Amino acid sequence: MNELPLFGQDVWWLVLVKAVLIFVVLVLLTLFNIWWERRVVARMQHRIGPNVHGPFGLLQSLADGVKLALKEDIIPKAADKVVFVLAPVLVVIPAFVTFSVIPFGPEVTMFGERTPLQLTDMPVAVLFVMAIASIGIYGIVLGGWSSGSTYSLLGGLRSSAQMISYEVAMGLALVAVFLYAGSLSTSEIVAAQEDWWFGAILFPSFVIYVISMIGETNRAPFDLPEAEGELVGGFHTEYSSLKFALFFLGEYINMATVSALATTLFLGGWRAPFWIDEIWAGANEGYVPLIWFFGKMLLFIFFFIWLRGTLPRMRYDQFMDLGWKVLIPAALVWVVLVATMRYVSTAYELGTQEILIGGGVLLALILLWGFFGPEETGEPVEDIHTAPTGAYPVPPMPSGGAQRGAAAPLTFPSRTQATVTHGASEES
Amino acid sequence: MIAFWVLAPLMVIAALGVVLVRRAVHSALLLAVVMISLAVLYLTLEAPFLFAVQIIVYTGAILMLFLFVLMLVGVDAADSVVETIRGQRLLAITGGLVMGVLLVVVVAQISLGTMVGMGAANAGGNIEGLADLLFSRYVLSFEATAALLITAALGAMLLAHRERLEPKEGQRAMAARRMQEYGTSGRHLGPLPSPGVYARHNAVDTPALLPDGTPATDSVSRVLAARGTVRSAPALGDVEDVQRTLGDVGGISGGSGSATDTSAGGGYNTENPDTRPQGDDWPEGDE
Repeated sequence: MNELPLFGQDVWWLVLVKAVLIFVVLVLLTLFNIWWERRVVARMQHRIGPNVHGPFGLLQSLADGVKLALKEDIIPKAADKVVFVLAPVLVVIPAFVTFSVIPFGPEVTMFGERTPLQLTDMPVAVLFVMAIASIGIYGIVLGGWSSGSTYSLLGGLRSSAQMISYEVAMGLALVAVFLYAGSLSTSEIVAAQEDWWFGAILFPSFVIYVISMIGETNRAPFDLPEAEGELVGGFHTEYSSLKFALFFLGEYINMATVSALATTLFLGGWRAPFWIDEIWAGANEGYVPLIWFFGKMLLFIFFFIWLRGTLPRMRYDQFMDLGWKVLIPAALVWVVLVATMRYVSTAYELGTQEILIGGGVLLALILLWGFFGPEETGEPVEDIHTAPTGAYPVPPMPSGGAQRGAAAPLTFPSRTQATVTHGASEES
Repeated sequence: MIAFWVLAPLMVIAALGVVLVRRAVHSALLLAVVMISLAVLYLTLEAPFLFAVQIIVYTGAILMLFLFVLMLVGVDAADSVVETIRGQRLLAITGGLVMGVLLVVVVAQISLGTMVGMGAANAGGNIEGLADLLFSRYVLSFEATAALLITAALGAMLLAHRERLEPKEGQRAMAARRMQEYGTSGRHLGPLPSPGVYARHNAVDTPALLPDGTPATDSVSRVLAARGTVRSAPALGDVEDVQRTLGDVGGISGGSGSATDTSAGGGYNTENPDTRPQGDDWPEGDE
């Protein structure tokens, strides 16, 4: 294809090297992310987290992974064996494949060859990511179905319904980016963000994308497919050992994938943030952009962890309402708005001043309509009688009213200092 | 060309499998193989947009819908091999053969020239060329198709629509009602107990046990109860079994449970009680 002259020119061994590098980076990133998640969540809950094995406890997830792989592998009697074995593979392979179109950096010299830091690119790269992700859903659905268990089936159904619904909102959020970049290829979208990130220009799209990417990856607060209180483990209830490890790996790689995609589409990809390249020209050359890329990506992953440590799980119907009744209509309206703006500004060659004046007039009209428009006839709020009826044994209020604020810290009789520090370091 | 010779046999085998395989879900999966192979063929024919759309729309959406329906019929459901109409199978095979021969003969008659104009159509890029055509020459049919699909979706929603007779009960109102019910009739206001609590198994069809060892019937789905698939061994039979075992072996007092403690392990004896492992590794309740 002549559209992307940089790609498709590599010698075969270079392609192999890049593919292996992506594989290794993703596996290591997964190990790191598990450790990071445990540490961050622990900090948020005033614990310490894994800190014993390796520097800062970094090898903990490696040890856990080995342990998981060596556990007994159980295939339930009621399972459909072929599909049961196939399902985890179907989750993991698409997760790795999607990373082939993510640009990690600009053109570099690798083993004496000039090559872009990206395995490949195609004119439909972003659509390719969505297509492959939709194959990944098969793994979850089939895993849930083939286990032959009610919990698994319900988890698989929930998960696929969720991923399909949120993929719609996600796709609509991306349309605005395509309109501005004029391309679906990831490397060209990064190139189009040389001056301004799309996350700043198309902020509503960015917000919709971030919300739907959390729904897409089945993470808290949208982790309904594996809601422990309702479904035991969701679609992977019956999985154990290496097969479960593959599901686990797939989930973490998907998290990395959507973060990398968000970085590429909205935060300028591997480009240096905050105009650092204005001061330091080398910031966007060679291998340096890897820092920016992974920095931004890990920022998103931190955001994932932060959400998990903060928000409670949503109820299923509320969650679906959010997707279908809020995100998709909002995304549709925003896309129409962006397309109109785009058309007006290119067809009539309007300057910034005219656009601002037009926007101001529109805003004023909306405000005026809000003030002088038809009177709202709000429904009378029904006053539900919740005063104690004497039927439920409610304890009496403490004298002086309800206690507010934190409880007084607990104090213990003093011990020797050495014992205390010893006890603290044991904790992990 | 290599892609074609690799994918074509695969597609033919998978397509045959769609017809021949017993289980509906397997044949849906084989259909997915056919569709993805087709998408890859589009890619090798320089139609990348069609490749992505084929996977997203057909594999990702339509086939997933098929799977949804198929999955709900259960893992063990397979086609019945009993002929309901006499001679149907023979007629079907003959009809299929005739159809196949006809197709082969007809297709062999026509000769198509080499396709030309791909380069010209893709000159400004595949997506750009496609967009140009869709939004200029074929804009009317494009819009008409969109309108048709939306009408179909709206129609489906209309058919499935149910007019609500009374306002929907909100979370707050529901809580108040439950509290009221607790006050008047003493009905438990919390969530129902999950199946399998304190029982030997945590399967959905095993009722939870109350602290006195009697089964909590609320803990099993009404659907399962109606189907009659709930395990209904006598509530304490298993416990007596344990007590007898402990008495037989004697001297084993691992864990905290004594022989008279019936609150923890009194579940339903589902498999064969006699082949339970006896001795040191006797599990004290479920993990």
